[in-house]
Amino acid sequence: MKASRVWLLAALLACAGIGLCVYKWKILHIPISPGSHTAVWTVEARASFQGHGKIKAQLELPASTPGYEVLDENFVSRDFGLVIEESAKQRQALWSIRRATGPQTLYYRLSVNPLAPVKARAGEFPGYPSKPDYPELYRTAIEALLSNVRAQSADIGSFTRQLIHKLNTDQSDPTVALLRNESGPGGADWVRQLIHVLAGARIPARIVWGLELRHGALDARLHPWLEVHNEQEWLPFNPITGEQGYPDNFLLWKSGAQPALSVEGGELPDLRFSIRRGLKETLQLARHSDSNLVSFSLLGLPLYVQNVYTILLMVPLGAFLVVILRNLIGVKTFGTFMPVLIAMSFRETQLLWGVTLFTVLVALGLALRFVLEHLKLLLVPRLAAVLIIVILLMLGISIASYRLGFDHGLSVALFPMVILAMTIERMSIVWEEHGAYEAVIQGFGSLVVAIMAYLVMNIGQLQYMVGLFPELLLVVLAATLLMGRYTGYRLTELWRFRSVWMKP
Amino acid sequence: MRWPWHRLHEAGIIGMNERNGLYIAGFNPRRLYPLVDDKLRTKELALDAGIAVPPLYHEVSIEHEINGLEQTLQGHESFVVKPAKGAGGDGIVVITGRQGKDFIRASGARMSFDDLAHHISNILSGMFSLGGLPDRAMIEYCVQFDPVFASISYQGVPDIRTLVFRGVPVAAMLRLPTRASDGKANLHQGAVGVGIDLASGRTLQGVMHNAPIDHHPDTLHSVGDFTVPGWDQVLLLAAQCYDLARLGYLGVDIVLDRDKGPLVLELNARPGLAIQLANGRGLRPALEAISALKSIPESAQQRVELALNLFEKPKPPVQAPGELSAAGSEDAP
Repeated sequence: MKASRVWLLAALLACAGIGLCVYKWKILHIPISPGSHTAVWTVEARASFQGHGKIKAQLELPASTPGYEVLDENFVSRDFGLVIEESAKQRQALWSIRRATGPQTLYYRLSVNPLAPVKARAGEFPGYPSKPDYPELYRTAIEALLSNVRAQSADIGSFTRQLIHKLNTDQSDPTVALLRNESGPGGADWVRQLIHVLAGARIPARIVWGLELRHGALDARLHPWLEVHNEQEWLPFNPITGEQGYPDNFLLWKSGAQPALSVEGGELPDLRFSIRRGLKETLQLARHSDSNLVSFSLLGLPLYVQNVYTILLMVPLGAFLVVILRNLIGVKTFGTFMPVLIAMSFRETQLLWGVTLFTVLVALGLALRFVLEHLKLLLVPRLAAVLIIVILLMLGISIASYRLGFDHGLSVALFPMVILAMTIERMSIVWEEHGAYEAVIQGFGSLVVAIMAYLVMNIGQLQYMVGLFPELLLVVLAATLLMGRYTGYRLTELWRFRSVWMKP
Repeated sequence: MRWPWHRLHEAGIIGMNERNGLYIAGFNPRRLYPLVDDKLRTKELALDAGIAVPPLYHEVSIEHEINGLEQTLQGHESFVVKPAKGAGGDGIVVITGRQGKDFIRASGARMSFDDLAHHISNILSGMFSLGGLPDRAMIEYCVQFDPVFASISYQGVPDIRTLVFRGVPVAAMLRLPTRASDGKANLHQGAVGVGIDLASGRTLQGVMHNAPIDHHPDTLHSVGDFTVPGWDQVLLLAAQCYDLARLGYLGVDIVLDRDKGPLVLELNARPGLAIQLANGRGLRPALEAISALKSIPESAQQRVELALNLFEKPKPPVQAPGELSAAGSEDAP
């Protein structure tokens, strides 16, 4: 009776899921696989600030986007009035409101289509800058450097390249090193320093800001870059290597030193970007289709939320994998869904690093946990102590690996620390009660399940399908319900009861 | 070629999924769990029903009470400390004697009062309880076990696990502590399980870590052909325990005390599956036969008779007859 009800429910769910999916595929023509369509980048700028009464917020918008074609843009202004100011040089969105208090967030969404990468862009010649009056300390060194570089270069492009290279790598002159240390490499201060030195050779230069387009970025910020004018056009340069051109997937946002977001009457202005790669078809569909099915889908949500859901929508697949591994195979793990959470953090750390960091962290934590055992602490303080140790270990690993030059070690901070602390505690109890063998077996099982969950959750085709056809999760739900009624043997039980079936 | 799962199925072996999905979910209402998960409550229920249990010496429910414990334990040479909500035998400490101010554990190891106090404090904070909930510690009579099984036990107390389905005993095994199990009678800690013929009370073959054995690994004595003294009484006691909690799928643990006879140690709402290996027969035929019954007799005595009638029938063969080579691999496709 119960069994038939479960089958009925599962069949209904599966039919609903598959039916909706087929409808979207056949009738609404949402492509079922990513295919080879041109990618479309959608960038969402999130301007947030604290308001106190009358507010004027000013966001600089991209006026020209070399290497990209703007397909679409839109604004989410809430109660604010919106004016777009356009001049030859720049575009600005001006939001204003008479009265607003508390935290405010405004959105600007832009879709661009990548074209051929550009090496230079047109721009009016700004005139030669006047030679700055360098401080006594630097004057001779900079002048020597400039004449040295001038002798080794042919034009403004090669001059700039040579100068940046020297400024970044020259170890012989202590003044250059001083200059370098003053601003640190790569940041906006460093670009300003370069502009300052270039002005000594009367070369016009400016700082520009752009975005590195990376799929799934949630909190991206604008990146500074250097541009130099050669009397005809602006030439971009990498402020670290001196290489000419913009980085790959670089969307130029604005030029000039003033901030992209300024708020009058508000405090703590903050500008973040979410970035997503989509498909032209799906995007056009989302824009042009009148179907409620599409406008009430993931595509209708703000980009920031969409990116969060692409991760969340994969969790059911990880959970289903755990169901299979535990109830069909019989793998032992610490905590039911702990491996799925670990797998989610592997997304950020990359698999190999994630596994290494996880193993190191648990091993170190376990060793220190055994030391704590001798102190005979009460349970909750002991758990808190393990948690504190885990966080300190994470910090230690981050610092050590950064010093050694492994940037991946920094991502250890993305591990769910409470889960780690509980894992260490449970592992040490299993170790004491049932021996090291059982503890290592269960720890290893958890790690294997986490790796498998990561691999499944990272299949591009699955991510695409679940992202565009979330109703397929109903099918996963139906399968999970059926697994809930599975009363057959687990694979490991065949081994456990081997004495029964192996007997001649 | 017959697949391993077909042979297991024919032998009537039930797996974890079947136990959880059909029998525990079907016959053990969740609201009854607290009655057996808390051994102190089980003990109260048993005392009210007149079922013999080891006498309770003390109950510790707050940290502060530990301080006075050294005084109150003066009068007891031997005792057992248990978490009231412990699972799988975790957290049980058996004290068999004293040496000066120290206690002697069943394993022979010494334990100072401070060690014992810390252990009790761990129990109170929920280290051994299901879900880590705060717990109570109980200090009770240390069973002086009947010497009948002395030749096949290594320290600790052997006990008899009986599986009672809808009040009818369906299988039983003797659980023998070993050196590996640290004197505990829990199979997953390395104790030996020995099947017991339900009708006669005679021991059959043994199983340790899921592998069949004939001899106790520490005493090297054969485990078969012992007869449990007062077997009828043990069966009746097991059947009576059904009335305490009305859990359909119940494990009853009984010890044989030299002076007090059979005592109920604890009840288990999630008894394990190793009992099938110890008895060399699966549980399914018995479980299905009893599931099919419309009504179960009210009196425990009648239920025992029902069980004996059920098992007087010729037993089904343990494994499927037929062609088979000794080839066996741990993984089946």
